[in-house]
Amino acid sequence: MARRIFQFVTGSARLMFQGGWAYHVWMTILTFLVLSGILAYGRQLRDGLIVTNMRDQVSWAFYIGNFTFLVGVAAAAVLLVIPAYVYNWKPIREIAIFGELLAISAIVMCLLFVTVDIGRPDRAWHLLPFIGNLNLPASLLGWDVVVLNAYLVLNLTIVLHFLYSAYHRQPYKAKFVVPLLLLSIPAAVSIHTVTAFVYAGMASRPFWNASILAPRFLASAFCSGPAILLILFQVLNRTTNIKIKDEAIWKIAELMSYAMFINLFLFGAEIFKEYYSDTHHLIHTRYLYSGVHGHDALVPFAWASIICSVVAFVLFLLPATRRNWFTLNLGCLLIYAGVYIEKGLALVIPGMTPDTLGEFYEYVPTLTEVRVGAGIFSIGFMVFTVLCKIAIPLIQGTHDAPARSAPAEGSVAAV
Amino acid sequence: MGSKKPAISRRAFVAGGTTAMTAIASGLAGASPSFVEQMLRQRFVELSPEDLERITSEMERDYLQKYGKECNVGTSKAQPGVLFGYALDLSRCVGCRRCVYACVNENNQSRDPQIHWIRVLQMDKEKGIELTESDPYYDPELVPEPDSFYMPVACMQCRNPPCVKVCPVEATWQEPDGIVVIDYDWCIGCRCCMSACPYGARHFNWAEPTVASEELNPDMHYLGNRVRPKGVVEKCTFCIHRVREGRYPACVEICPVGARKFGNLLDEEGEIRYLMREKRVFVLKEDLNTQPKFYYFYAT
Repeated sequence: MARRIFQFVTGSARLMFQGGWAYHVWMTILTFLVLSGILAYGRQLRDGLIVTNMRDQVSWAFYIGNFTFLVGVAAAAVLLVIPAYVYNWKPIREIAIFGELLAISAIVMCLLFVTVDIGRPDRAWHLLPFIGNLNLPASLLGWDVVVLNAYLVLNLTIVLHFLYSAYHRQPYKAKFVVPLLLLSIPAAVSIHTVTAFVYAGMASRPFWNASILAPRFLASAFCSGPAILLILFQVLNRTTNIKIKDEAIWKIAELMSYAMFINLFLFGAEIFKEYYSDTHHLIHTRYLYSGVHGHDALVPFAWASIICSVVAFVLFLLPATRRNWFTLNLGCLLIYAGVYIEKGLALVIPGMTPDTLGEFYEYVPTLTEVRVGAGIFSIGFMVFTVLCKIAIPLIQGTHDAPARSAPAEGSVAAV
Repeated sequence: MGSKKPAISRRAFVAGGTTAMTAIASGLAGASPSFVEQMLRQRFVELSPEDLERITSEMERDYLQKYGKECNVGTSKAQPGVLFGYALDLSRCVGCRRCVYACVNENNQSRDPQIHWIRVLQMDKEKGIELTESDPYYDPELVPEPDSFYMPVACMQCRNPPCVKVCPVEATWQEPDGIVVIDYDWCIGCRCCMSACPYGARHFNWAEPTVASEELNPDMHYLGNRVRPKGVVEKCTFCIHRVREGRYPACVEICPVGARKFGNLLDEEGEIRYLMREKRVFVLKEDLNTQPKFYYFYAT
């Protein structure tokens, strides 16, 4: 057994380093961005979070916004698992593993964004249950730590089991892995719900203190995560001999249009309530969409987000445009941009502008923040690329599997 | 505070780790052992009296070295039968901000970057209390200006503090005498409490705080005005080192117009209870059910 695990690890490592020039260029660019991010983070560690533009008035911003967006991306794996395993829809079942890989990469980025945001990363161990002092059940951030790590472990287990079995050319243990896959559905919902509750639970911030927030998070996540996957599937179709059926891609695009419809509907419900009731709480929404007292840094982004989301919704809703590769990919990019702005900029920052005592501090990220953020995204892309690099030949069975010296274990279930 | 017992002894684990890590660090680079020890320090509420004694004398040694000043880091506990309350007379306040700077001096707030625990808001008399129209940066030659009134805001020491429940590591809590405190050596700097506070009362050390030696107040409290590290949250503690010794908070003492009142809410004959009986008091953002122990009133 130990030998077989060793073979799997070394075999995967070999696969990691094989690749054409495009692969190496891609990884080199990512490496440079990671190094730039590490340098910027080093400066932040030395001088403190003063190198960001966050201040007491806007005390969460770019880092936490990116974190929130990526939780949604991580949760999106479930959109592939549901049709694949609950409805047993074969064309998606073959590609569901890429959703899991994306989830792992996204969670890694989430954890990194939280780590760079906290003032005392040296004390992160205080968050560990039993060893530190995790404040459960009171703290939603505490719950977030639990569910995010559980989701990471769950997906890692599923993926490692799949790949390990594929490496040794043996069928995966359905009795072991299918329950875990089914468990990943409520787990994906939970990471996004708990993250939404971190915000929604704060009565001090009326912009977040809305019961509609968690449903909106889920709806937008089910758009943004698959958008990345649809583009990946086309890349795989071109560059590998994995053939992802067009109908699978179109089905996912159709599901995304339903999710976007719900997202836009919930958004409209919120906009109605804010503007019609016209209370003091409206000021955050006004700051976002029209600016207040000349503070209008977010206005163009806010409108761009709405336009992107609406156009993408139409493109994905009409069968003709979702089956046209150009408009499909355009829709993916628009969705990605729309949801990134919505979660990354237009949730956290207007929630804190004006601050609780009415002060307008207009936040824009510093170059340091952007470099750290780009570094984290690069780490995430690296993780995802490497995982795909290992997974693709294993799924295709084109790798050099070790000779079957021992018969497969008796407990292996036929699938 | 419900006390939860961890399944394994955290104290033993961390204490063992501290010793080992300290030994490694001091052996390796000749690094200050206090850094590693600080990193692995336990929560204030779990420290034994001996640990506390040892840690505070280490702090005092550090401050002597850094500031050349004999400091005293107190750890006094809440007295039974005391619940501190505050009242502020809006009709008297002239917006001079003496309280702001008395607080900074008394509580060793960072001078650069500047941290103020009290924010005085200038408001328009015609609009009344209207936070979104208020101005914290007013700077006329003379105060008060005729059309304005002034509303100082600091920690409301809520009975139902939203900042406490959101903390993921229980680094902040309400003491039995009602003061909401922070353990600066346990805070991880996630700033969840700052998002949760409806009064902007919590402040973050975005950089290493700086206080000049000659301005350092040597009379300190572990949970109050001792020098804070970079990357943690701090807030008003009603001058915990003073009020637990029976003195007034610095802001009450300095106020030139006597707008600030302080006392024990459990003392029927005390000044605060007198004000509540004889005047009409109100709290800021009462709809959030934070139940502040900081009241505003108009005496005239």
